Amino acid sequence: MTDAADTPFMVGVIALPLAGAVAAFVWPRRAPAVGLCVAGLVWIPVLGMLIQLVSHGVQHHELGGWAAPLGIALRADGLSVLLVLMVALVGGTVSGYAAGYFGEVRRSTSPSFSSSPPGGDGEGSEDGGRAHARACFWPLWLFLWAALNALLLSRDLFNLYVTLELLGLSAVALVALADAPVALGAAMRYLLVSLLGSLAFLLGVALVYAAYGTLDLPLLKAALGGPVAPVAPVALGLMTAGLLMKTALFPLHFWLPPAHANAPAPVSALLSALVVKASFYVLLRLWFEAFAGAATGAAMDFLGVLGAAAVLWGSYQALCQSRLKLLVAYSTVAQLGYLFLLFPLSGAAAGGFTAWAGGLYFVLAHACAKAVMFLSAGSLMRAAGHDRLAGLGETVRAMPVTAFAFALAAVSIIGLPPSGGFIAKWLLLNAALGDAQWWWVGVMAAGTGMAAAYALRVLRLPFVGTASLPPVRRVPRSMEWTTLGLALATLGLGFTAAPLLEWLRVGAPVGGPGLVGGQP
Amino acid sequence: MNFDSWVLVLILLSSLVPAVVIFLLPEESRRWRTAINLGGAGMKLVLVGVVVWGVYHEHTYSVSLALLPGLALLLRVDALSMLFATLSALLWFLTTVYAVGYLEGSPRRRRFFGFFSLCVTATIGIALSGNLVTFLIFYELLTLSTYPLVVHRGTEKSLRAGGVYLAYTLGGGLTLTLAIAWLQALAGPVNFTTGGALHHIADAHAPALRWVFALMILGLGVKAALVPLHGWLPQAMVAPAPVSALLHAVAVVKAGAFGIVRVVYDVYGVKLASQIGAMPWLAAAAAVTILYGSLRALSQDDLKKRLAFSTVSQVSYIVLGVAIFGPVASVGGTVHLVHQGFMKITLFFCAGSFAETLGVHRVSELDGVGRRMPWTMAAFTIGALGMIGVPPLAGFITKWYLGTGAWEAGQPWVIAVLAASSLLNAAYFLPVIHAGWFKPPAGPWPTQHVPAGARGETHWMLLGPSLVTAALVVVIGLLANAPFTPLEWARLLVAREYE
Repeated sequence: MTDAADTPFMVGVIALPLAGAVAAFVWPRRAPAVGLCVAGLVWIPVLGMLIQLVSHGVQHHELGGWAAPLGIALRADGLSVLLVLMVALVGGTVSGYAAGYFGEVRRSTSPSFSSSPPGGDGEGSEDGGRAHARACFWPLWLFLWAALNALLLSRDLFNLYVTLELLGLSAVALVALADAPVALGAAMRYLLVSLLGSLAFLLGVALVYAAYGTLDLPLLKAALGGPVAPVAPVALGLMTAGLLMKTALFPLHFWLPPAHANAPAPVSALLSALVVKASFYVLLRLWFEAFAGAATGAAMDFLGVLGAAAVLWGSYQALCQSRLKLLVAYSTVAQLGYLFLLFPLSGAAAGGFTAWAGGLYFVLAHACAKAVMFLSAGSLMRAAGHDRLAGLGETVRAMPVTAFAFALAAVSIIGLPPSGGFIAKWLLLNAALGDAQWWWVGVMAAGTGMAAAYALRVLRLPFVGTASLPPVRRVPRSMEWTTLGLALATLGLGFTAAPLLEWLRVGAPVGGPGLVGGQP
Repeated sequence: MNFDSWVLVLILLSSLVPAVVIFLLPEESRRWRTAINLGGAGMKLVLVGVVVWGVYHEHTYSVSLALLPGLALLLRVDALSMLFATLSALLWFLTTVYAVGYLEGSPRRRRFFGFFSLCVTATIGIALSGNLVTFLIFYELLTLSTYPLVVHRGTEKSLRAGGVYLAYTLGGGLTLTLAIAWLQALAGPVNFTTGGALHHIADAHAPALRWVFALMILGLGVKAALVPLHGWLPQAMVAPAPVSALLHAVAVVKAGAFGIVRVVYDVYGVKLASQIGAMPWLAAAAAVTILYGSLRALSQDDLKKRLAFSTVSQVSYIVLGVAIFGPVASVGGTVHLVHQGFMKITLFFCAGSFAETLGVHRVSELDGVGRRMPWTMAAFTIGALGMIGVPPLAGFITKWYLGTGAWEAGQPWVIAVLAASSLLNAAYFLPVIHAGWFKPPAGPWPTQHVPAGARGETHWMLLGPSLVTAALVVVIGLLANAPFTPLEWARLLVAREYE
């Protein structure tokens, strides 16, 4: 194993956060340092995977040398590598932010903030609470990171189930870190939904195993190649239902806004940016790879319709919220809807890869932008002591860096150029127009308009009023500047699409031109 | 990358870098901010001058960056872009001087000048765009960077106006985005090409092309304030005077008009545009806008609102010139891009000076203002007479070319529109001039407020730019046939389009 091409970087991206989680658990005092070390060091295996992908194509690794049906096999194609990269970028930034957020406990400074403001402040408002949250945050987050990377590299149903379960449990525990009663209720609901989703998924997996005797995705694909047995759609339906619940697709989104809005800010960012994408990723693997034969056009359209409803309903709800974090959380509900437009559009002949690329670029752009939104909301909330939109104007104006970061993220969420969100919407739009599927164009246009409207509810805040600034609680600089860094990355995604989409093409299940059009 | 590519990037950076630096500077460092602003504006003027020289000698400049396969960010210049870029660079410099004087001592200047520089970056970007997607990117950036300027005062009224502004312009931007995406799905990447870039799909997709054209005009018409998409413009008047000046003369309204010129000349081409039957509709929309804007201007007592409705009317001269299928009228339309800019910015500078120096905001309060501020009133008079179309001022050149062009193209009804509009122009500008020069002051001025450091009638930073632009209105009218005047450029580019 001396050749660089054979180095098992895939094991590295899983093992490193896992080791970090153990270390952070054993030495709670050193936990932030451990977390930051992992966030830095993880780039070595991540970039290693990327180089392997670019130079040698899709990578396989069998843990301990045991082959597929028996052992644990890892597989990294363009999709996996891109998402691992996204996790490293967003996760790394959130780690930097969290170091400031759960920072040193200063017993003398904040006597006046001992009571939780109404509306369920998710902050650990007492110093003791913050110390406890800090001790628990790092091991849980690093564990979640390991589970996420493992999920993205797994290629059989059982491992996907296990990693999904680990991911869900650590996410629930992270939500419960905010020890406000509202947050605990939200965490409880999240736990139940997560378990129910896992149960449905497991039921589907059991059906598959009973019918085909294998859980390996490539082997399944081969087995399903012939005439489709009636059990296959049932199993796919069960698994899909479970995953939709975890992805919070309308109308199964009810648990998401309270959970995401009441968690501590770094946790909200991780959940909205990364965790919901994991179950979406599994859906893609099922629908476009293993069960490509069993998935019908009508079913794809159905997912698209649910996505469209999510776009409209989520945006509408975001327009109605009076709290910043709830607004951002409903925006997630809406933005997740766009991802599901990938299903009907990617099935079309003309824009297969265009829609695929659009959907996945949407995943990347949304991950960065939404993390920025939650992080800046957290900074504002820390400074103001609440997150009610009506009383936030002066605070926003006193924190121009955070306000600017939020504005850049909003540009991407709305889909204005130049940003990752623009590229993603452009690709989806191009696929829809190229295949003359007009109704999706209408949904995207309406969603964009509504996104602009709800983003404006926040963006106008710094301009409201002319009063002088009230004193606000100081927020660590590292929190503000890490947020801005990720916001600039969101903008940068508007310029890096060409190479990223080339990587995505490696091992992609759909083909076609990058953009439709130009052939008279 | 050689100098020919870099120079375009540098033109953009000469206002983008100041924007970033200004945001990072503390609020108090006034001198540095002014120095950086003027330094950037001066450098941009020089760079634009270099490129103008090059384009005149048929040198080509271009630089591109691939965003996606088949979707590139392309900066490239031709005669039309230089017409607009020169206008923006020159007027930015003057407006910066004016704004520094105007905002002396007011709060939050860092934010103002930061977004001001971003706004100019976007405008110049629009001028230099070489394809539709690049145009769209800067067009949206312009929307975003002007919003903070419109709501700068932070009052309830300005926030409401800002909301209306965004609703209109983002709606327009969305429509334009859909149109461009559709066109890309039909034709692949579309670069601006003199004479049109769509001939290869003209036969196969004629109905779709008609729809795309309509959507594009709708999207661009919002910013160009074509009736009935003009509703945001009078409301946006709550912005500070330098912003109104910039919005009306160079940036927002002009970006819409410039976009329409681009779409007709360099995307569809005049031949294809008239083949699909779009031109009569466009001409009709422009004519309606010209008359409606002038009519509404008549009844406005607020001076800036009167000017705003005048803008609605005047910008459509550009659209009208483009919509008449004939080279002479086209010269009139494109040259008005520049002429209207100089005239309107003079008027807004003067209106701002009246408001800032004397507290005069309404036409009814203007009596005798010429005795108190003769130089400013003189500049205002030149701008207003130019708008009416009195020879030998710039506005006359425009109307002359539009009129003869319409006659030549066999559309004499246009002359009636022009005549009616000129009459209306006179009807709403002459009373202002009359009141200013010939009526005695009605009493003390609302707020006699002479800015600090003023020796003459007002701060020199307010007066100077107004006088320069007023002088330019005279010069480009008188010497219209000299080389390097806007008229000369317009002829050059129209000759290339119709050849």
